[in-house]
Amino acid sequence: MRKDKLSNIFFYIGVAIFMVIIVFPFYWQIITSFKPPEQLWNIPPEWWPSRFYLGSYISAFTKRPFLTYLKNSAIVAISTTALAVFVTSFAGYALARLHFKGKNVILALALSVSMFPGIAIVSPLFLMMKQWNLLNSYLGLILTYTTITIPLSMWNLTTFFRTIPADMEEAAKIDGASPFYTFVKIILPLAAPGIFTTAILVFIAAWNEFLFALTFNTKDALRTVPVGIAMFPGEYTLPWGDISAASVVVVLPLIVMVLLFQRRIISGLTAGAVKG
Amino acid sequence: MQKRRSIKSTGIPENVLGYLMVTPALLCILLIAIFPIIRTFSLSLTDMKMQFPDAAKYIGLNNYMKLFKDERFWNATYNTLFFTIVSVAMELVIGFAMALVMNMPFKGRGLVRAAVLVPWAIPTTISATMWKFMYHDQFGVLNDILLRLGLIDQYKSWLGSTLSALWCAIIADVWKTAPFMGLLLLAGLQTIPAELYESATVDGAGKIRRFFNITVPLIMPTMLVALIFRTLDAFRVFDLIFVMTGGGPGNSTETLSMYAYTMLFRNLDFGLGSAIAVLIFIFVFLISLIYIYLLNIQND
Repeated sequence: MRKDKLSNIFFYIGVAIFMVIIVFPFYWQIITSFKPPEQLWNIPPEWWPSRFYLGSYISAFTKRPFLTYLKNSAIVAISTTALAVFVTSFAGYALARLHFKGKNVILALALSVSMFPGIAIVSPLFLMMKQWNLLNSYLGLILTYTTITIPLSMWNLTTFFRTIPADMEEAAKIDGASPFYTFVKIILPLAAPGIFTTAILVFIAAWNEFLFALTFNTKDALRTVPVGIAMFPGEYTLPWGDISAASVVVVLPLIVMVLLFQRRIISGLTAGAVKG
Repeated sequence: MQKRRSIKSTGIPENVLGYLMVTPALLCILLIAIFPIIRTFSLSLTDMKMQFPDAAKYIGLNNYMKLFKDERFWNATYNTLFFTIVSVAMELVIGFAMALVMNMPFKGRGLVRAAVLVPWAIPTTISATMWKFMYHDQFGVLNDILLRLGLIDQYKSWLGSTLSALWCAIIADVWKTAPFMGLLLLAGLQTIPAELYESATVDGAGKIRRFFNITVPLIMPTMLVALIFRTLDAFRVFDLIFVMTGGGPGNSTETLSMYAYTMLFRNLDFGLGSAIAVLIFIFVFLISLIYIYLLNIQND
């Protein structure tokens, strides 16, 4: 039994090292955001702030348009989520439940589109957006993000609608309800958990997207968070304190969201992979 | 399979309703994905400059000829392949280890499972910025840690050296995405019935034999799917490189997406940039075909 105890200890040490590696960059970011300016450039770097300095947070919000980035990201990501989920709820239901030809072709098409590298469509899209006057706008990004998240969303929802027992629909049909009425009044409420899971995944994808946001919205007033933060270091000295503070503000809500919806996110992410 | 029925109460045949319901999603895909990809192909056969789109001329395969003789293109291809193969291999090994651990009952398992999701959820530009600061040649904590451990005798410029910069990007990528791989593989492990292990144990199979005879073959389909996702993602790496090194030093971390972006939006050469984009698309297509082929062999 002694051997078992020993391997147990090694096991926990291994897990602990793992957790430290995962958490450490966040730890470093947080303490950097609280370090006073005179401590930021110390060599060797110190592992704890000499005093808790809030100046980096204040400057991220007042001297830089960080609040604007947050607002832009929120508008784009929330609209994308609403639009993508709305559009694919219909598509997902039809693909899961209604009988018509070409369903597999549609699903295969969506899957292949999800594998398109963004860079392979960015140049024509840029020209299109320019033609439609959608550069430096919310709508250009919302349309693009909706499209790139449709495949994921459609697959997730189709899989989810298939798991809802058909009895309810049959009963509604016998009562003379139209398929559309059945979908809105009976299926959608039952599918709420699946729709919610899909919405989280779409939201995260839209919130984090970089390439299209970088190329379409070049005006500072219309930049999203990922681009805004990547462009922070535009000046002579890198404002590490401000960057860290801004990152902490962006990352904290994401961490809370991930912890709250952990199970849903994992099930949404893995549903496709396991079923192949 | 049921036959197509028409629903009397609305008068809309079920198949018509089906097509109506998928139309919005299909329209988006056609307009924002299919049409652009075709246009990228046609742009790649022209000499279009972004400032003068109307002056573009058809020049056949000239852009491709130029690329095949272009050392920078081959360098970017090499970097992309190196980045993809090394980071996906590391993610697979580390992700597998994580999945095996998370599949065991132990105290704090829920916490570990939640923690591994966090790197996946944050924007790549933020994780890249975090790592960039940790790699910093003077104020970076990595130098401090390695010096304290006695692994280096003086601070090194990790991102400033052509020997280490690409490795820095790989490590940051593995940190962000190995957990994702771990979660996918964990889901695969959980579908393996426990009875298989029990009966193998009864038959006298040891831990290692059980791993290779049960775990590995049964996890293979899930693993291939996870590998497809990760390989394609790694192959189009852009955000990470853009933020961390911008492709430098001396193009040593320039990947194909980064090169295409530079040609498109810095040199404003939409013809040549689109040709690189098309080649990336073809690469991605070939990678998918290889995996689909492997998956089919698995399923037989």
